[in-house]
Amino acid sequence: MILKTFKLGGVHPPENKVSAGAAIQHLPLPDKLFVPLSQHLGTPAKAIVNRGDDVKTGQLIAKSVGFISANIHSPATGKVAKIDQIIDQTGYKRTAVFIDTQEDVWEEGIDTSPDIERTIKLSKEEIIQRINDMGVVGMGGATFPTHIKMMIPEGKQIQYLIINGVECEPYLTSDHILMMEKGEEILIGTSILMKALGVDKAMVGIEANKPDAIAHLTKLTEKFQGITVHALKVKYPQGGEKQLIKALTGREVPSGKLPLETGCVVDNVGTAYAVYEAVQKNKPLIQRVVTVTGNAARKHANFLVRVGTPIEYLIEHAGGMPADLGKLISGGPMMGKALVSPEAPITKGSSGLLLMPETEAKRAPIKNCIRCARCISACPMGLEPFLLAQLVPLDKWDDAEANRIMDCIECGSCHYICPSGRPLLDFIRLGKDKVGKIIRTRVKQ
Amino acid sequence: MNNLLTISGSPHIHTTDSVRKIMYSVIFAMIPAMLVSVYFFGLDAVRIIGVSVVACVAVEYLIQKYLLKGDVTINDGSAVITGVLLAFNVPANLPTWIIIIGAIFAIAIAKMAFGGLGKNPFNPALVGRVFLLISFPAQMTTWPIPKPLFAKSVTDALTGATPLGLLKDGHLANKTIDQIMSDPAMPDYIQQLVGFQTGSLGEMSAIALLIGAAYMFYKKVITWHIPVSYLLTALLFAAIFWLIDPTYYADPLFHLITGGMILGVFYMATDMVTSPMSAKGQIIFGIGCGLLTMIIRFWGSYPEGVSFAILIMNAFTPLINKSFKPKRFGV
Repeated sequence: MILKTFKLGGVHPPENKVSAGAAIQHLPLPDKLFVPLSQHLGTPAKAIVNRGDDVKTGQLIAKSVGFISANIHSPATGKVAKIDQIIDQTGYKRTAVFIDTQEDVWEEGIDTSPDIERTIKLSKEEIIQRINDMGVVGMGGATFPTHIKMMIPEGKQIQYLIINGVECEPYLTSDHILMMEKGEEILIGTSILMKALGVDKAMVGIEANKPDAIAHLTKLTEKFQGITVHALKVKYPQGGEKQLIKALTGREVPSGKLPLETGCVVDNVGTAYAVYEAVQKNKPLIQRVVTVTGNAARKHANFLVRVGTPIEYLIEHAGGMPADLGKLISGGPMMGKALVSPEAPITKGSSGLLLMPETEAKRAPIKNCIRCARCISACPMGLEPFLLAQLVPLDKWDDAEANRIMDCIECGSCHYICPSGRPLLDFIRLGKDKVGKIIRTRVKQ
Repeated sequence: MNNLLTISGSPHIHTTDSVRKIMYSVIFAMIPAMLVSVYFFGLDAVRIIGVSVVACVAVEYLIQKYLLKGDVTINDGSAVITGVLLAFNVPANLPTWIIIIGAIFAIAIAKMAFGGLGKNPFNPALVGRVFLLISFPAQMTTWPIPKPLFAKSVTDALTGATPLGLLKDGHLANKTIDQIMSDPAMPDYIQQLVGFQTGSLGEMSAIALLIGAAYMFYKKVITWHIPVSYLLTALLFAAIFWLIDPTYYADPLFHLITGGMILGVFYMATDMVTSPMSAKGQIIFGIGCGLLTMIIRFWGSYPEGVSFAILIMNAFTPLINKSFKPKRFGV
């Protein structure tokens, strides 16, 4: 069988999925939680609790502000110690609700039973409202508020819901284990999303390096209408929204446009599970599966943790802080973010923690570009990373824009493949920031 | 945790490939052709290759260390490649001092003056070769007859013309192609493929060169775009004129396996630094090289056109890079 994949570019970094197969482990509640008000793309939520307030698990503690924003709920029962600044995963100081935890008492109306709720009772509008209320955001990493994706503009027709179970990042296994343990819930979540979007076809894309997940979900889909599971050829960055749409439907998202132009909406398997919990169990998004792994990690694990748990707490439960820790990464090794401090809290978008030993932490010295064009062959967007990285330090913003710098999805394939170790993506990011500002000013005028 | 954490942008993992590995793959790929040259020319081949490589590396070292006072990067292997390729492009009886001048010109003028590895617009070995050809035309076109190791001399002559030289001289003497091809000095195709022909050190055996090229394909150091478009264009162009007038033009196979065609197509036109970067651009580049090579061979005053063709197309590379962009996603 010829497996589907996207056409342009892509790389094959070593998979290193060491934590695959480690069952989801419930982590005990830490004494203190730091719940950032900005855990999603868009405007930070506004806190509606005050210092000294008692909160219950699942209680709304911050309301979404503006169009692109999301509600935040208390991940535990306890007392609000203060609302103060904390250095979050971005390395910047951001506002967070500090909670001193007590024994877990869930908010009324939340179904915490382990039973699977199969009948979808809510209407289309009620589903979208519930997803909004429960603070569900995209759990693949971009944390875009899910309810906004469900609101299809007038005149646009959606044909496919695509569920992203690709997990193309090396090392990460949180989506994989979730598919194995919560497969049916994910498919119910998928059916809910299909109802909300008014589509009758959904495709689950999974890379062929997870044959157990493909087999498991394929078996489960027999009970579901309109959902098909597709094995994909292993190639990074297949989990990218545009690459996944291309791989599954052959359609290309036009440059500068949104995926819905192709009649597709893409959601992560983690998001589908969160939607299931929100809609069927009335449970807000307050916990998620986080992989702890990497060559410096003492233990490789998949933890179910409450949002706001300090990262160092996860590391302690994975055998403790390694003496040779050189780099701590939130997310995968290709697109993850190097953390400033292990005290930063887990958020809705944290899919994994990668602990790198000092030997892997530093980049190799930068050599001259030998114009080998491997960055061009690797770029999944058909860009010329070497050229963009040349234009940016020269402030040639018009040229950079003409060469489609804004199309870059920051997958890192160019820097990964460069035999001269040139930090191509660093330059391109810098350029995107600048060109983006120029475009926004132009649009305003 | 005693140390501070390293902070850097993603990606955090990198390929194990490096410039050095790429360069050493190319050097490794040239070993069969080197062995063939030693087989046919003995110590002379060792002398030429050795002097050329040492001179190239030494010039690069001296310039980086004493003129630029910067990092010395001679161990990346690129100067060694230039040295071997320059040696491949000269006759085996070239005096040592001439090859040293060629090496100085190739590295100092064609490479380091432009900023070193990756910045040179023209292939340094070819620039060195053409410089020598223009400056020392007599020495650069006196070709020793190959004398296989352990074999008694095959002919009495010590030097002779290359097959392409015989062709050009034959045309000048108004001979027909059959008369030229029946010249006793003209090797047959099997001899040309294996290496029993007069010519530069490295262009002796098409088979040895192809073995090395296969290795470079396997190592992904070269892609098919330039070699295929170059060879097909040259073949097609030669075939058209051969069909028009088979009494004047040699057949396309002759042009394929004589002279520097195989060496140029696989080892010099594919030079990453001086060839275009997009697939489309590389095909245009190959077509241009193929056309120019045949035009020079047919109607130029030099019997061989590979070096000039590649150098001329090198000059077009920036323009090709600007005009032929890779296939964009979503456009």
